[in-house]
Amino acid sequence: MAGSFIAILCATLGTFLVLRRFSLIGDGLAHVTFGGVAVGLFLNVYPIYAAVPVAMISSLGILKLVEKARVYGDAAIGIVSSLGIACGILLASVSGGFNIDLFSYLFGNILAISNAEVISSIFLSLILMSVIWYYYHELLSITFDEESARASGIKTKTINGILVLLTSLTVVLAMRVVGIMLISSLLILPPVTALQIARGFKMTIVIASVSGVLSIILGIFFSLVFDLPSGATIVILNFLLFVCSFVYGRLLVK
Amino acid sequence: MSTIDALSVHDLSFQYNATEILSDISFHLQVGDYLGIVGPNGSGKSTLIKLTLGLLLPSKGVIKIFGTKTADFVDWHKIGYLPQRINSFNPHFPATVREVVALGLLSTKSNPRRITKNDEKAINNVLELTEILDIKNKLIGELSGGQQQRVLIARALINEPALLILDEPTTALDPEAREKFFSTLKDLNEHKKVTVIIITHDIGTIGKYASRLLYLDKQVVFYGGFDDFCESNDMASYFGEYSQHIICHRHD
Repeated sequence: MAGSFIAILCATLGTFLVLRRFSLIGDGLAHVTFGGVAVGLFLNVYPIYAAVPVAMISSLGILKLVEKARVYGDAAIGIVSSLGIACGILLASVSGGFNIDLFSYLFGNILAISNAEVISSIFLSLILMSVIWYYYHELLSITFDEESARASGIKTKTINGILVLLTSLTVVLAMRVVGIMLISSLLILPPVTALQIARGFKMTIVIASVSGVLSIILGIFFSLVFDLPSGATIVILNFLLFVCSFVYGRLLVK
Repeated sequence: MSTIDALSVHDLSFQYNATEILSDISFHLQVGDYLGIVGPNGSGKSTLIKLTLGLLLPSKGVIKIFGTKTADFVDWHKIGYLPQRINSFNPHFPATVREVVALGLLSTKSNPRRITKNDEKAINNVLELTEILDIKNKLIGELSGGQQQRVLIARALINEPALLILDEPTTALDPEAREKFFSTLKDLNEHKKVTVIIITHDIGTIGKYASRLLYLDKQVVFYGGFDDFCESNDMASYFGEYSQHIICHRHD
């Protein structure tokens, strides 16, 4: 249930990110989240409480690097991402005692999520989805053509800020489902799957969401039946759905 | 009685990385003027438009739109803007023509900005005006360059703007569509008093339609009415030997 909500959130947000050619921000922020989790474990607080502010500040840092330091988006993501991992490794090395906990965050396990986590994940997903709904047309406008969006009075810096903050919170939420290493697959693969066959922006989001949810449900099923790691199974299924959609899309063109 | 200018530019300069792109630009446009901006590549034409729209900040000087400084201007629904088509959007973007044109309506709305069923009429009207109603549900990436340009023109026109700013709007259009486009613009300018600013390399056509001309080459080389321009003897130095015939004959 929680996985389905998170899959819809990731697919929706990912559609904007992929089309803005900002796909890897999810990957970068996931690496930063690794640092955040390490901070939490180091300070002996619930890791997600530490990961949220770290990911949010880092997402705004990426934007500032692009705006102020004339650094390209991919380079800015690379800088912040490697810094996050470096901090995580340093903290893990200094404390030396939480490798097993960190491992569970790195690779995730949706089957091990507690009831409280399920409820909070659903609640947070709904809040984030509401924010996307509220700013849907602004997000679409800056994704299609940022210059024209600014010329029509849309505060593009604010909307960009909202987009990256939403991404940072989504990454933290998705961390428990597929793990830090595989989060970007939930943000990138469903939208790319939808782009092969969708005919309209809203339809892209709908197909991406269906694809994401399908991969989560089937992923959980196969991981239970065949005793496979759930995160990796979900990612592989996402990729297979992409292949099916790609082939179907080519057949449609013909 | 004093009237508010549609656009006034005073002592405007813009530098990028210590390079002077525009210097000491001053001119003003009255409501209902039709301005053609011409000049060689790299002369600062598009930069001037971006400064006007607040997309860039000037190093010096003041720009006012309908009497309000660009930084304080909020009535963006009064402006219709068509950027240079190349690079303005991802050609494989998965939006339909309707979805793209509807984006033009966002400047008329406050949060949460929603496209409602009442907006459908405005969307259909502008699609009809630009003769693309039949491709309303096609993806923009599936269209030809000329059709894509019409979609962006429709987006610029949908709010019935008081000031239209167009950056090389006819580059992808065939001659027939180009003529039709200029005719529509002229109609909006004459009958609805829409102020038009158009950047173009099509000096022959602009000579036929525009009432004023700004020749830009990092600074204002010429600004005034077409009659003054045609009477000046500097035409050949601006546009080449036969330019007088091409521009002024058609303007007659």
